[in-house]
Amino acid sequence: MTQQPDALKLGDYTFNSRLFVGTGKYQTFELMQEALQASDCEVVTVAIRRERLLDQQNRNILDFLDQKHYKLLPNTAGCFSAEDAVRTARLGRELLELDWVKLEVIADKKTLLPDPIGTLEATQTLVKEGFTVLVYTNDDPVMARKLTDAGATSVMPAAAPIGSGQGVLNPNNIRIILEEAQIPIIVDAGVGTASDVTFAMELGADGILLNTGIASAKNPVQMAHAMKHAIQAGRLACLAGRIPKKIYASASSPLEGVIGT
Amino acid sequence: MNITINGKTIEITDGTTCRQLIEQLQLKGPLALEVNKKICPKTKHDQTILRDGDILEIVTIVGGG
Repeated sequence: MTQQPDALKLGDYTFNSRLFVGTGKYQTFELMQEALQASDCEVVTVAIRRERLLDQQNRNILDFLDQKHYKLLPNTAGCFSAEDAVRTARLGRELLELDWVKLEVIADKKTLLPDPIGTLEATQTLVKEGFTVLVYTNDDPVMARKLTDAGATSVMPAAAPIGSGQGVLNPNNIRIILEEAQIPIIVDAGVGTASDVTFAMELGADGILLNTGIASAKNPVQMAHAMKHAIQAGRLACLAGRIPKKIYASASSPLEGVIGT
Repeated sequence: MNITINGKTIEITDGTTCRQLIEQLQLKGPLALEVNKKICPKTKHDQTILRDGDILEIVTIVGGG
């Protein structure tokens, strides 16, 4: 990969695409492949689950993910305790031989909100064990500070509940997190469509992680394509420096030389 | 003797190693193994002899967000 200017640096890794895409919820592996390709992403998340002992005919998702093209980021989804998340992260490292993890410690099944205390604990443990930790969290600037101090490589605040498609519910908090950030901030979860992604990038996010917004769209491949452009548009707009919002008008055409005056 | 794998208790012969268990279960594809909450790395599958009451987790990669 030729590194482009404005590439995203995450620990030892560098990526040209700031869009991270999940591999869950697709109707077929083939559709997943097409959508990932359309998104132009370089990082895809995967989950760690018990091997189904009786069914050996199932294809494995790894047959559909070219690891020369995509860097796989294992998550600890479904873990409700720091201990389970840490064990899952270790299993992910054993499976993929990669030292990084998307850490999730969830508080309850209905909201899938993160458990802040378990999340902080697990971050501390995994950082000590040499993991590069990208940590899923809420949009609380205080949590973001604590997770940064604990050694996370990226803090990943949710825009809205996982899979809810609501977009950034609390832009004020995300702005505060971005203002104070000392490490990359990747908005993870809750984005529903292209404009949500662009909005988050315009706030100044370093990247976006999403799964449902693409996988459950009516046309996932088309939406993946939209997301690819959305993240580029948002990033460029952020760097370009937008005009301020004004109460009154400011004419775009000259005021002098109008006929009939 | 009995061991638990992924929440299910099964009977296996005394002295079975992790490697032998994986072969007996005909598990194919990428997997990782945990014995009593500790990772048993691939390099130790041959040497690790399972004991009565051991609790195993055998996992693989699946799709996820």
